[in-house]
Amino acid sequence: MLRHIISILIENESGALSRVAGLFSARGYNIESLTVAPTEDPSLSRMTILTSGSDEVLEQITKQLNKLVDVVKVVDLSEAAHVERELMLIKVRATGKDREEMKRMADIFRGRIIDVTESTYVIELTGASSKLDSFIAALDAGLILETVRTGVCGIGRGDRILKV
Amino acid sequence: MISGAEIVIRCLQEEKVDCVFGYPGGSVLHIYDALFKQDQVKHILVRHEQAAVHAADAYSRSSQRVGVALVTSGPGVTNTVTGIATAYMDSIPMVVLTGQVPSFYIGQDAFQECDTVGITRPCVKHNFLVKDVKDLAITIKKAFHIASTGRPGPVVVDIPKDITAQMCEFDYPKTIQMRSYNPVVKGHLGQIKKAVQILQEAKRPIIYTGGGVILSDAAEQLTRLAHKLNFPVTNTLMGLGGYPATDKQFVGMLGMHGTFEANNAMHYADVILAIGARFDDRVIGNPEHFSEEKRRVIHIDIDPSSISKRVKVDVPIVGNVPDVLEEIMKLMDGGFKTDPELGNWWKQIDEWRGRESLRYKQSEHIMPQFVMEKLYEVTGGNAFVTSDVGQHQMFAAQYYKFDKPRRWINSGGLGTMGVGLPYGMGVLMANPDAQVACVTGEGSIQMCIQELSTCKQYGFPIKIINLNNGMLGMVRQWQEMFYSKRYSQSYVTSLPDFVKLAEAYGHVGMKIEKPEDVEPALRKAFTEHKNDLVFMDFIIDPGANVFPMVAAGKGLTEMILAEDL
Repeated sequence: MLRHIISILIENESGALSRVAGLFSARGYNIESLTVAPTEDPSLSRMTILTSGSDEVLEQITKQLNKLVDVVKVVDLSEAAHVERELMLIKVRATGKDREEMKRMADIFRGRIIDVTESTYVIELTGASSKLDSFIAALDAGLILETVRTGVCGIGRGDRILKV
Repeated sequence: MISGAEIVIRCLQEEKVDCVFGYPGGSVLHIYDALFKQDQVKHILVRHEQAAVHAADAYSRSSQRVGVALVTSGPGVTNTVTGIATAYMDSIPMVVLTGQVPSFYIGQDAFQECDTVGITRPCVKHNFLVKDVKDLAITIKKAFHIASTGRPGPVVVDIPKDITAQMCEFDYPKTIQMRSYNPVVKGHLGQIKKAVQILQEAKRPIIYTGGGVILSDAAEQLTRLAHKLNFPVTNTLMGLGGYPATDKQFVGMLGMHGTFEANNAMHYADVILAIGARFDDRVIGNPEHFSEEKRRVIHIDIDPSSISKRVKVDVPIVGNVPDVLEEIMKLMDGGFKTDPELGNWWKQIDEWRGRESLRYKQSEHIMPQFVMEKLYEVTGGNAFVTSDVGQHQMFAAQYYKFDKPRRWINSGGLGTMGVGLPYGMGVLMANPDAQVACVTGEGSIQMCIQELSTCKQYGFPIKIINLNNGMLGMVRQWQEMFYSKRYSQSYVTSLPDFVKLAEAYGHVGMKIEKPEDVEPALRKAFTEHKNDLVFMDFIIDPGANVFPMVAAGKGLTEMILAEDL
């Protein structure tokens, strides 16, 4: 069960997202995260799906995605060199001695504090999903008030380009 | 400038659609009005929307054209879902036009509103909601293009009522380009060369073909190739007629109710040439058991996702079947020799044939197999046979020898009871002079029995062969074999008098209770009542079962034969 990042170029039509999501649920494939937004060409959306499965399952996932009429291109980013990022916003309790500690932790992980109140911080953190996981693990769970993550997005390195 | 409704009809005319099956309602009244004002596109008024879609589906199956259905919003749409899913599972090209509430009402729970695109999404090849009258013509063009190319399938076009009232210039595009949809047609030559090499080395080969051969009209190429190779040929349920059943190389249907020789040949083959088939659970049984034998698999299919889905394939060839088969034959002309061991393989197959796995015992009652044999004789093997789903379907598939493609019309993938009668209507609209036999049972026929009324209105002379055992036969067979004869809800009481029922609808009814009356009744129906719908209620042996049988989860060679019991 390997982790795969599937990138999809899809027609930016209403319902396109539900076709992809519906395919995954109908055929019992995993979605660990899914992000989607229009590209520089507003008629196309780029979708990134983090999934997992055996080689056979991944072969079926790419074939089934390609079969969707709205899908223009599909690539498994994790097959070759790529970079991946995820953004997290995390709201933490920041009072007393924890206030200084939170600031220090954010600095260590190269996060930025983007909202400050008397008792809370909101920290913005970008990186590979594993880095975000580590940050959460490094904090005292009792101090985490809220987390929100965008899910993974990724892009091939160098000449690997996904474009029409 | 013409109205959206007129655009819909003009599009159908441009696509050379000669008939649509449908049912009017509020959201499609403009379209029905436009339909009224012309006579190029005929309309068949069904009695239930499900039947409209089944009929359009059979129109496609029995011809090379795209069937069209037209229904209203809400319940009109939900009633079509079974029909659309049936067509989708068997890859049938079809366009379903659905009315929708006016676009400014969408999302407000308006009267007869439903989320058509959402409800049908998992069972269509693609669907559209038209949001602007300017997009109407091109959307319908796309629908026909998508439905009929690549791996075919049903396409739904949902049209809000206000769009059908708006005025617009009509310009029907001749061709269509879609950057996101370009199905592969031509097979990869390198792969085809590899395939030919493997065919040459095959010692125990089999050609295994499915619905893809029928859909791509490749029966002629398949027959030529098989004769050149002298390999045995088996068909799936959906592939029957793709290869002549009376040919000596034909070993019968394979799978759950396949012949002893077909299932053994498939299992023990060292090379499988799979063409337009998908190794589904009803065909190969338990995949672990199937993969115990070492073999090489060549798979030709238009749909890459069908390849290596359930069985690992050694040589995948994505392409249009007739073109790929022509390429193979072209390469074979450069000096092709089959392996000398092929003779021994044929000896083995003949030994398997010697088991006569389709033999059955006569009884004092009418045996359903006997009715099928007589139907074959009386119609000279030339009928279009539509069937419902159950034991009768398997008996028809086993005992009616289809020599031609597009003559066997049944729901293979979804297994939809009730399709038989509307399928007959669709066949007759595409082939007005055809002899049509609808093989059914007293369970299935009642699922769309209301269409007897449509048949009267349009004079569809379908011959209904009702194999009546007073039981849901296939359910009863499983309960007998796997549930210690606990016949839970498989016994149908209070059956109607089918003769009187047929007569009430204005048709001819017959009840046949003795074996010696079977043939005369069939002859009478197909000659004297050639132009009538005849409902033949055959009271058959209630204990008759379908054999051979590969129980669910068992391997292909673990067949239960009639003689074992």
